[in-house]
Amino acid sequence: MYIYDEVDQRLVDERVAQFRDQTRRFLAGALSEDDFRPLRLQNGLYIQRHAPMLRIAIPYGMLSSRQLRMLAHVARSYDRGTGHFSTRHNLQLNWPKLEDVPQILAELATVQMHAIQTSGNCVRNISSDHLAGIAPDEIVDPLVWCEIVRQWAAFNPEFAYLPRKFKIAIAGAAEDRVALQVHDVGLHAVRNDAGEIGFRVLVGGGLGRTPMIGAFIRDFLPWRHVLTYLEAILRIYNRYGRRDNKWKARIKILVKDLTPNGFRDAVEAEWAHLEDGPGTLTQSEVERMTGRFTRPAYEKLDALSSSYVLALGRDRRFAAWARRNVHAHKVPGYAAVTLSLKKTGVPPGDATAEQMDAVADLADRVSFGELRVTHEQNLLLPDVKQSNLYAVWQEAHALGLATPNLGTITNIISCPGGDYCSLANAKSIPVAEAIQRRFDDLDYVYDIGELDLNISGCMNSCGHHHIGHIGILGVDKQGAEYYQISIGGAQGNAASLGKVLGPSVSQEEVPDVVEKLIEVYLARRESVAERFIDVVRRIGVEPFKAHVYGIHQGPQARARSLEAA
Amino acid sequence: MAFIKDRRLAQDHWKLLDRVEPGDDGVLRQMPAGDLIVPLATWKNARDQLVARGGRLGVWLSADEEPADIAGDLQHLDVVAVRFASFTDGRGYSIGRLLRQRYGWRGELRAIGDVQRDQIFYLARCGFDAFLLREGEDPAIALTAFSDFSDGYQASAERPVPLFRRREPVSSGT
Repeated sequence: MYIYDEVDQRLVDERVAQFRDQTRRFLAGALSEDDFRPLRLQNGLYIQRHAPMLRIAIPYGMLSSRQLRMLAHVARSYDRGTGHFSTRHNLQLNWPKLEDVPQILAELATVQMHAIQTSGNCVRNISSDHLAGIAPDEIVDPLVWCEIVRQWAAFNPEFAYLPRKFKIAIAGAAEDRVALQVHDVGLHAVRNDAGEIGFRVLVGGGLGRTPMIGAFIRDFLPWRHVLTYLEAILRIYNRYGRRDNKWKARIKILVKDLTPNGFRDAVEAEWAHLEDGPGTLTQSEVERMTGRFTRPAYEKLDALSSSYVLALGRDRRFAAWARRNVHAHKVPGYAAVTLSLKKTGVPPGDATAEQMDAVADLADRVSFGELRVTHEQNLLLPDVKQSNLYAVWQEAHALGLATPNLGTITNIISCPGGDYCSLANAKSIPVAEAIQRRFDDLDYVYDIGELDLNISGCMNSCGHHHIGHIGILGVDKQGAEYYQISIGGAQGNAASLGKVLGPSVSQEEVPDVVEKLIEVYLARRESVAERFIDVVRRIGVEPFKAHVYGIHQGPQARARSLEAA
Repeated sequence: MAFIKDRRLAQDHWKLLDRVEPGDDGVLRQMPAGDLIVPLATWKNARDQLVARGGRLGVWLSADEEPADIAGDLQHLDVVAVRFASFTDGRGYSIGRLLRQRYGWRGELRAIGDVQRDQIFYLARCGFDAFLLREGEDPAIALTAFSDFSDGYQASAERPVPLFRRREPVSSGT
């Protein structure tokens, strides 16, 4: 956990005072709605369908038990007792009062939290791997780099009014677990042959109306140049990104217009002026930053706990949960545990204040008081002794947080959708629930195996539907809520964008369509090891399309199409 | 319109020209006397005439213009201004830093256009030291903007040394 120093704390406190004054002037009529909007957005405050929505930052997903208790307190005192964890390490409150927001921010500041730049056309919260610092396949621990970039981005005076929002992801493991390639900038920490740390630099990824996988423009940027290089990228974007059309204003459009090589040349020319300047990082700063992170005092343990192994053999339900929701740890005898926020009937990513308090207590007892928020909208206990896993499972089960579905079709990633969000074309939450109810047989779910299903209520793509193996997008069809289904999207190292299956369908039809897709998959897979996404890649979209749209042709046609599929 | 210079209210003696069209002979018409801030295009069209005119001179850039275009002419100028057509157009912040940090501009750097209280702090960090406030802005309230924050993390025009080079080192493990 990064611990603020006196300057960090002072700046956050000053931000609270600044926003308190801005809110006061807005409420007094001295600041117009138009003039206030960008100011409140840069403090995470939207005006939404029912009430304001406040988006609180959980920088790169790291959270202490003390902070989670504060989130519970805020949800209880200023909201209706529930918070929604988003896909970018934020907690969203859907019912705060505008006039309470400065006080909420003041309370958050007492535990080193804020809502700075969680919205607006600026550099947003930094995303990272939820297993940062603990993953066995990690090449570079990205946490220190996340904090270095966070500080560079916070209150950056040059880049507060960009053409559009700007999202940075940082990862350091062999496997990309943060959807790095669909960020505006992705920094993939690597080591060169000499063992020195540097970054592969990707630009121009993004979802939304024009989804794109980003392009790598640098294979190895030595670590000391990371901030000046970011400055060069952001300056080129700030000066030359389109501002005439909101839908063409993200950096990906500029990268496409200039071509990735052309964009890289512009960045390199700009960077030539900044290289080795005062913004260049120093070894002592990296050491200082490293020193400000607390690290768990791990015990020396056997690689495999015998009590854990015994419990796995004794309790089939525990074993099923462990297979899905327990993750390998680089420290012998430890594991990371996903606490699922995907229980059927609960909006994906939602947690109640009571759950938050209980999870904070659990983290204190079994995980050094630390937690992570994952980009798949779950909570994670990062440092659990294997010998504690059985007890953790029992507690998680009692809290409704032990749904053993990680990586499966029911671990749905979803935005809040039309129930809450004023941008949405269609609802997301009832669709997620209908799919979870359709796939309520766990054995069947496990047989289907690894499958990412993502739902977005509109083209803004907060549910990342483009990179779901199955993606569902809410669309407006003459005033009615319809859903466009795509397949073949993926996150990770082999990231790809889904292809639209065909005409959109009504809300009631969505579970049927998903089931049809699964039928084709199960009929066509060559082995259990071949995942849904692998089959889509091998046979293409057509067989799926034929079977899905065959459903309107009567039972015989349906049987034929499945055979053909 | 209220004017702030060097963090205090000031009188603005400068006349800002939106556009001066040259005649067929290339000579500028209707050129007012006194201190003038002219558009970049006018400066490019009639540089010699403007320099020969006597009186102090400034050039203003719009957000899509290149500060490099006046980098070689800075010795003729007393003011460089950047126009913000809307306060949400952030290009001028980069222009400010470039003028200060790349092209070495030490004279007055003035923000004009949609300039409001709540953008002043960041503008100042990007090198602006003069602010012609938008009509209706309360100058007394605007002056408080300079103390919104006591520091900033990044290298900036105002303070080219980033915070991390000024922070006390800590030994690792503490």
